Amino acid sequence: MQELLAQYQSVAAPEVLNWVKVGNTTDFPKNGGACIKYKTKQIAVFNFARDSKWYACQNLCPHKLEMVLSRGMTGDKEGIPKIACPLHKKTFSLEDGNNLNGEDYKIAVYPVKIQSENVYIGFTD
Amino acid sequence: MKKIIVVGNGMVGYKFCEKLLANPEKENYQIQVFGEEPSPAYDRVHLSEYFSEKGKDELLLAPRSWYEENGIELRTSSLISAIHTKEKEVITYKNEKFSYDYLVLATGSSAFVPPIKGSEKTGVFVYRTTEDLDAIKTYAERLQKKGKSTATVLGGGLLGLEAANAAKELGLKTSVVEFAPRLMPRQLDAGGSNTLIRKIESLGIKILTDKATSEISGEEEIETLRFSDGTKHETDMLIISAGIRPRDELAKSGGLQTGGRGGIYVNNKMQTSVKDVYAIGEAALYNNAIYGLVAPGYNMADVAVSQITGGDKTMAEHIDMSTQLKLIGTDVASFGDPFIENEEVSAITYENKQRGIYKRINVTRDGKKLLGGILVGDASDYQNLFQVYINAMKLPENPEDLILGSRGGESSNLGSVTDLPETAQICSCEAVSKGDICNPLESGECCSIDDVVAKTKASTGCGGCKPMVTDLFNETMKSLGKEVKEVICEHFDFNRQELYDLVKLNKIKDFDEALNLFGKGHGCEKCKPVLASIFASITMETANKQVTIQDSNDKFLANIQRNGTYSIVPRVPGGEITPDKLITLGAVAKKFDLYTKITGGQRIDMFGAELHQLPEIWKELIDAGFESGHAYGKSLRTVKSCVGSTWCRYGMHESVSFAIQIEERYRGLRSPHKLKGGVSGCIRECAEARGKDFGIIAVESGWNLYVCGNGGATPKHAILLAEGLDDETCIKYLDRFLMYYIRTAAPLMRTAPWLEKLDGGIEHLKKVVIEDSLGIAEELEKEMHGLVNNYECEWKQAIEDPEMMKRFKHFVNSDEGDDNISFVSLRDQKMPKAWS
Repeated sequence: MQELLAQYQSVAAPEVLNWVKVGNTTDFPKNGGACIKYKTKQIAVFNFARDSKWYACQNLCPHKLEMVLSRGMTGDKEGIPKIACPLHKKTFSLEDGNNLNGEDYKIAVYPVKIQSENVYIGFTD
Repeated sequence: MKKIIVVGNGMVGYKFCEKLLANPEKENYQIQVFGEEPSPAYDRVHLSEYFSEKGKDELLLAPRSWYEENGIELRTSSLISAIHTKEKEVITYKNEKFSYDYLVLATGSSAFVPPIKGSEKTGVFVYRTTEDLDAIKTYAERLQKKGKSTATVLGGGLLGLEAANAAKELGLKTSVVEFAPRLMPRQLDAGGSNTLIRKIESLGIKILTDKATSEISGEEEIETLRFSDGTKHETDMLIISAGIRPRDELAKSGGLQTGGRGGIYVNNKMQTSVKDVYAIGEAALYNNAIYGLVAPGYNMADVAVSQITGGDKTMAEHIDMSTQLKLIGTDVASFGDPFIENEEVSAITYENKQRGIYKRINVTRDGKKLLGGILVGDASDYQNLFQVYINAMKLPENPEDLILGSRGGESSNLGSVTDLPETAQICSCEAVSKGDICNPLESGECCSIDDVVAKTKASTGCGGCKPMVTDLFNETMKSLGKEVKEVICEHFDFNRQELYDLVKLNKIKDFDEALNLFGKGHGCEKCKPVLASIFASITMETANKQVTIQDSNDKFLANIQRNGTYSIVPRVPGGEITPDKLITLGAVAKKFDLYTKITGGQRIDMFGAELHQLPEIWKELIDAGFESGHAYGKSLRTVKSCVGSTWCRYGMHESVSFAIQIEERYRGLRSPHKLKGGVSGCIRECAEARGKDFGIIAVESGWNLYVCGNGGATPKHAILLAEGLDDETCIKYLDRFLMYYIRTAAPLMRTAPWLEKLDGGIEHLKKVVIEDSLGIAEELEKEMHGLVNNYECEWKQAIEDPEMMKRFKHFVNSDEGDDNISFVSLRDQKMPKAWS
């Protein structure tokens, strides 16, 4: 269980060693999310079409450790882009991964870039 | 920078730190705290919950990190052994020296052990700290292993009864021994005590009053208590809770003035006899008394902070010892002077032995002033009575109405909270007055009840004043002409009904358009499902149209379960199913290895399907003639039925046929919350129709229609809307009722709470539905017909459209499933593997 969690560490854009192409922009629903696989990791990718921004985070819900975050609802809390877990509606900032309900959970977030309609996620491995 | 040393990290010592941090002068002070217990300050008032509900961490007033974050140096397990007031330093038991500018003694109290022969025997404990509780627990477990199980608490006061509750929670057969002729002698009179004794004894705790213990006997371990009247009482364990003694030994040896019967002398500024040394809490002797309650202790902490930082707060001359608490599940309260009896005073009492309630109020003969009182068994009037007492408010014409309740159908005898004076103390734990609550609302500094609580801390202590704070908030907002409006979330400044009307009138087509026109931001998990439901209720659009605004279950047309897999419930109208269809369900469940269970709504639920399997499973189900059961939606679920007159020898009408007709009429209908129905063929009510949002029961003359019932956490029986209806009229009324509910209910509000909030209640609903008092009946029917005619099975729609199917892939860039899912076996089926 700890191993599963340990796989996911936030990556900041300047640290990226490997930009991995994970799909076409049309593979991801507008104002929604979908999940991609990279090595043994599952990453949730979100398309905030209203302001043309993209975010990525671990697909693993840190509360019950299920691979479900990509199936949650996107939204914002006072301007902070967030994802609500479909299991218990715990919400997380997609900017820094912090829990927005004041709880101790945190998720790892990853940088996303879009080049010629393709979606890339930044990893350090 | 001045340095403050606080000796003692109990509730009051902690409160001192908290108050100092809230003071604007805090930057000029550095705090060092010494606590003798290993743990940071915890909630001693709720100590008995340590066994029942809360762990040690939950009882903490603040975690250790709180002290660090606020720059407070906390040293626990650090007993201070001496203070040198001349050198302004304290010495720890390890002989370390620390100097101070100001010293605050919050050393609290220790349990008082009366000088009884034998109190040193094994099995005798005191009840004061979590360490005491741990020791009691360990000993109790040892006893139980030896087959022994009795415990006795010495002391029937407030703490003693808490201790008895703790012993009972440990599974011990518990007795309480009290020296006085009644329980809680400081708070209750004989009548109150008798009511409390009856209540506590009914819970299996034995009470012995008027017993002076003369000896604790036994070989090494305690065996018997001997009383001065010659009787005895056998017990395997004794917990002493016979009062407290202020911890003043440090002050005494440091040369501070102390009282003859203990306690550190302080003036109304909390200053001791030595300059720059303060004492607060149970260790402080103020006005010749020790105060063993939290509220005065907190007040002292506040005064000490103010004095040290150059403020001018002082302690009031008279300290109010009113108290309200729950003891062993029983409400107990006493306020003012509970016992006063003289020619100027009349005591009014009310007793209800059946319900275990005792109330007493002491009123001046002229009926003008409330002087004090006692409440046992029901303390719901406490806050009101306390306010009347403390503010010397005018009493109603018949003062007995204060405890008997109004009998003439008028609402309240105490008038409105707005009648209270500005200075009325609403929250005594945090010393918050009415003005403290209302002024920031009037100035606009606070706009919500959360703002007020954050600013004043009102209701964050015992919580007893919460209803009054809410009332004050609502009344103040009303008087300011501000509506206390329930809006959906930060993105839409409207309630559900307003949004429903806006979407309908403006013919809004999707969520983005609604957000552009009436909202802001990106939306969230609150407003998205509400709007999804509104669109569906207006145009009957399925959950396939705007997938990303659907709630977790609707998004994938299935119910997400604890491990992220889904369950599937095809519709079985009225619970009637052919053998062939049963075989299909069995075959599908077997093929995909699904766990199956019969639901409460007469259907079959199949669990454990992975996201990518859903379409394949549904293809087979649809080919066999099934359709979506909408078990995942806030929508019509089932219409449950009994077999009715087709088979049953008592049946009056064909309940199954009618249930099927109704379920098929409203299938797929989305509403503010789930909807369930039932049809029974006779008044024996085997379909449990009155436990549903709508229930139809056959009688001689036709159908009786009941509405607004539910099962679940707060069960409600549905209420009769109309009697003796034919099929057509019954459906007409149902159409009107359901549409009226869908239009006007708040999000996630089922029909029963909706009816409760509806102005005029069932009589109003009858008028709207039957008499068409609002003139909207035709419109409601027309809207419902539109929805019924536009029904489409959303699963059939989904599997026929490759674009809609994309969402059922677990990965965008791989055809694999989720490798994180695993199952274990359970009674020949499977279940999710539990996380260890």
